[in-house]
Amino acid sequence: MSDFWSWFIIIIVALNLLGCAGLLLWNHQISPEEAAKETTGHSFDGIQERNAPLPRWWLFLFIGTLIFACIYLALYPGLGKFEGFLDWTSTSQYEKEVALVARQTDPLFEEFAKVPVEELAEYPEALAVGGRLFANNCAICHGSDARGAKGYPNLTDDDWLYGGQPEQILTSIAQGRQGMMPPMAAAVGNTDEAVRDMAIYVQSLSRPDLANEADKAAAIERAKPKFAVCAACHGPEGKGNQALGAPNLTDTTWLYGPRLEDIEVAIRQGRSGHMPKHEGLLSEEKIHVIAAYVYSLSNPPAQQ
Amino acid sequence: MENSAVSPPYNYTVVRQFTIMSVVWGIVGMLVGVIIAAQLAWPALNFELPWFSFGRLRPLHTNAVIFAFGGSALMGTSYYVVQRTCQATLAFPKLAAFSFWGWQVVIVAAAITLPLGYTSTKEYAELEWPIDILITLVWVAYAIVFFATIARRKQPHIYVANWFYGAFIIAIALLHVINNLEIPVSAMKSYSVYSGTIDAMVQWWYGHNAVGFFLTAGFLGMMYYYVPVQAQRPVYSYRLSIVHFWALIAVYMWAGPDHLHYSSLPDWAQSVGMVFSIVLLAPSWGGMINGMMTLSGAWHKLRTDPIIRFMIVALSFYGMSTFEGPMMSIKTVNALSHNTDWTIGHVHSGALGWVAMITIGAIYVMVPRLFDRKQMYSIGWINAHFWLSTIGTVLYIASMWVSGIMQGLMWRAVNTDGTLTYNFVQELVERQPFYIIRLLGGVIFLAGMILMAVNVYKTIVGERDTSGADNVLQTA
Repeated sequence: MSDFWSWFIIIIVALNLLGCAGLLLWNHQISPEEAAKETTGHSFDGIQERNAPLPRWWLFLFIGTLIFACIYLALYPGLGKFEGFLDWTSTSQYEKEVALVARQTDPLFEEFAKVPVEELAEYPEALAVGGRLFANNCAICHGSDARGAKGYPNLTDDDWLYGGQPEQILTSIAQGRQGMMPPMAAAVGNTDEAVRDMAIYVQSLSRPDLANEADKAAAIERAKPKFAVCAACHGPEGKGNQALGAPNLTDTTWLYGPRLEDIEVAIRQGRSGHMPKHEGLLSEEKIHVIAAYVYSLSNPPAQQ
Repeated sequence: MENSAVSPPYNYTVVRQFTIMSVVWGIVGMLVGVIIAAQLAWPALNFELPWFSFGRLRPLHTNAVIFAFGGSALMGTSYYVVQRTCQATLAFPKLAAFSFWGWQVVIVAAAITLPLGYTSTKEYAELEWPIDILITLVWVAYAIVFFATIARRKQPHIYVANWFYGAFIIAIALLHVINNLEIPVSAMKSYSVYSGTIDAMVQWWYGHNAVGFFLTAGFLGMMYYYVPVQAQRPVYSYRLSIVHFWALIAVYMWAGPDHLHYSSLPDWAQSVGMVFSIVLLAPSWGGMINGMMTLSGAWHKLRTDPIIRFMIVALSFYGMSTFEGPMMSIKTVNALSHNTDWTIGHVHSGALGWVAMITIGAIYVMVPRLFDRKQMYSIGWINAHFWLSTIGTVLYIASMWVSGIMQGLMWRAVNTDGTLTYNFVQELVERQPFYIIRLLGGVIFLAGMILMAVNVYKTIVGERDTSGADNVLQTA
């Protein structure tokens, strides 16, 4: 803010507050002559106006709010560039509150962080905390039951895009993941029929019974040689590759749906899945506890 | 008591038109309110129809009750009051007729375009640019008629009601034009010339002062005429009128930033908004004191006159919501109340309790006089309407207070590990019972409005009787 605007603000604020004070000063008393008359003598459509003075309690209420205004503007930012004697800003208030919560909760998370993820996943208290962190931070995509949705992986099954070991889960949460399947229509033949054939072939990887239908068997035969371009990521048998996040196509878990149409869309347009990076949003210790919670979903604590 | 022996012939045509339409739009606007209240309680009532969905109907409700119901009432009563207190016929009758028909076109255009999804997205200023231009033309016509009538007055002084109506007309012109500066890109789409934080600040400068000058100053003008006329008592204090008028219009203009606490608006602007909101308490209450104390010496009328009851309860709700407003502007209180149902409760304690009730009182005073009838068709129905309005308002605002404070507390509840105790859906589920109570309050209030419409109809079709119809104050 330039000096000009700072002074502009200070002057109009002061003028307005002084104007209110002046209004009260000039009107808080009425002259004896005026007081002697019951009304002002005006008559508007028969309506008259009494000469009653300002109610005292109201006058003091008004003066009180003006005094409050002066004190507040001395203590807090308000008068242009003047920052107020308390040095308060909304940012500093936020930072203080965050620091207070951190002071109260850090010791707990430091204790949790000392325990390896697999072991932490056995502690009910840690899982309760992890579950709440999950509800606050992860449930919006993965669902409050962690079973995911179309495009958002189910975290409760044994199927992992990037691996289900503690190290891999920690990396997924801290660094995020970028799943990327390129559009493959051109590579598989660039015709509707070729895309349909490949979709049927992909479907048959988890449903070998499809080969019993004559027309599908023909499609599978046509598409099979072209699967080589898919194998670069999904592997020659279609079992996927966790290093790339390429899904296993031979199981019954489908991130984007098992229907022929869903698979065709993936081949034509590709798919892009984005898990955001949480390092910086959440402390390392909190990520550790969330990882333990996620790990526990597919590795339930041993029954006592 | 000095009354000119002969009154000039007053132009009541446009006043009658606005008064009738105010009753009609009141029912329409509140019916839409009841529908969207039901949709919030039971979302299935959106029926997956885009034009019937909450998002489209909500701006229709706010525009209908504020600008169609409130606007028609303000324009009608101001044309009545300015003529009678200036002892002058309305200036430019053709322009006055244009202000009525133009305003009705604006309302119908809003009722068509908002459900179709045409919106500039600014709250209470959603109408698109062609309608904005028509509003400006109508408003200029209205201002010319009003101020030219004042210029024709027979006495040197201008009555306080006209100060408030005049401030309302000037301020709304300023607010409407500045907030709606926009660049059209097609026949029904435009973009605001402001962006980011400045857009938010201009919007809430507008939004706050739409409350300040439309819903406060305008209706105070109404109060200053109809309360002394119905109570047949002089206004309590001329001094108080002067001080609270000037303080109110000077201070209200500042308070918009209190809608943007803890946002990207600079801290200094938030503080200035809050400080002036607090200073606004006394000037606001000045109007309440002047209205209520006008009844001193005639308190017994509260027992016998249901119209006076409407007015005094309206002033009570006015006092309550103008206390609540400054309180909610305090940053620490706002941190709890912002974005919760408390805000909705606050708005409706002003909208139902103050704006609607003072309007209803004014309509009951004015209708027999406009149509040369001795009194309203049924005084008993007015009394029934009074209780329907009061119970409806109390159910509405009490349920929203409880719901809003519960919301605020649930949102900020944290566990010992620093996580939030409740997720959004858990909190939402808790709100449903209060949404049903709110709906019930709205239905009761709407029932009263329908009773008033029937009463007004029966009065108008009743027999002509001029024996007691004149408005002149009968003082001993």
